Amino acid sequence: MADDRLTIAGREFRSRLWVGTGKYKDFVETKKAIEASGADVVTVAVRRVNITDRSKENLLDYIDPKKYTILPNTAGCYTVEDAVRYSRLARAAGISDLVKLEVIGDEKTLFPDTAGLIEAAKILIKEGFIVLPYTNDDPIVAKKLVDIGCPAVMPLAAPIGSGLGIRNPYNLKIILETVKVPVIVDAGVGTASDAALAMEYGADAVLMNTAIAGAKDPIMMAEAMKYAVDAGRLAYRAGRIPRKLYATASSPIEGML
Amino acid sequence: MMRVHVNGEQRTVAAGVTVAGLLTELDIRPERVAVELNLNILDRGEFERRSLQEGDRVEIIGFIGGGAGQGGSWPTIG
Repeated sequence: MADDRLTIAGREFRSRLWVGTGKYKDFVETKKAIEASGADVVTVAVRRVNITDRSKENLLDYIDPKKYTILPNTAGCYTVEDAVRYSRLARAAGISDLVKLEVIGDEKTLFPDTAGLIEAAKILIKEGFIVLPYTNDDPIVAKKLVDIGCPAVMPLAAPIGSGLGIRNPYNLKIILETVKVPVIVDAGVGTASDAALAMEYGADAVLMNTAIAGAKDPIMMAEAMKYAVDAGRLAYRAGRIPRKLYATASSPIEGML
Repeated sequence: MMRVHVNGEQRTVAAGVTVAGLLTELDIRPERVAVELNLNILDRGEFERRSLQEGDRVEIIGFIGGGAGQGGSWPTIG
């Protein structure tokens, strides 16, 4: 797969599986799962540093920013103001000018507030951020995000952490046809076949967290996801056969007795 | 001595302490955090120069494990 790199805003990525760092038992498990996944893009949340207990270790002691592309996200932000503030803080921390922009619309579904997302993306793009927006599986919104300057879009497969897989494959296919930038399916993957399917449809990458961190054996699932994304990508590039209602013999008739 | 708010908690610090001084006192490595002073984000270069005033609100922000969508505002991290 070395010849099949993913390029976003002039940056090249080796892996088409991107992973989150939440919900793991500890940092050792986080590190092992990320290694097993083969991911080179790792998303992290932006939060207050614990000033009362300094004995606690830091995530970046385990995930080396020199080895991985750290993708700060605005998880937990419900307003444009918060999403912009968190993005600016993330950039000021000096790790990255990339941001996985989330403006969450509702606590129960964690669906994106797409109107707020577009507004926040406009502000941040003007400030020079590379905005990767977590968006709904809505082709019109995806197109608007690209039109205002997002170098990739990240539509959800299903609600964050739901494990439901791709709920609207037809919309995803329309997004893939509509936008001419990389499409990263973000959130809702449950198991390896979901990831493979996203890649077979032509998604450029898949980002997931809970599907790996919440598995009984996260490290084994991370490895499964690596194979799934690679297999799906190869199948997409190879070009699948068309579906037909009736059988077509794969052995020749000639030479039969 | 003077009182300031750091990450939502009131703290007593030496009068005129710089942001860099505060980070040292808190045992925080400056290269991995961002600092917001009264809602203005400081450039790293300002940490040494900027002195705190009585009643200042300081936010020290870093990165935590997360994928997407977690609720809650400003939970603390290690």
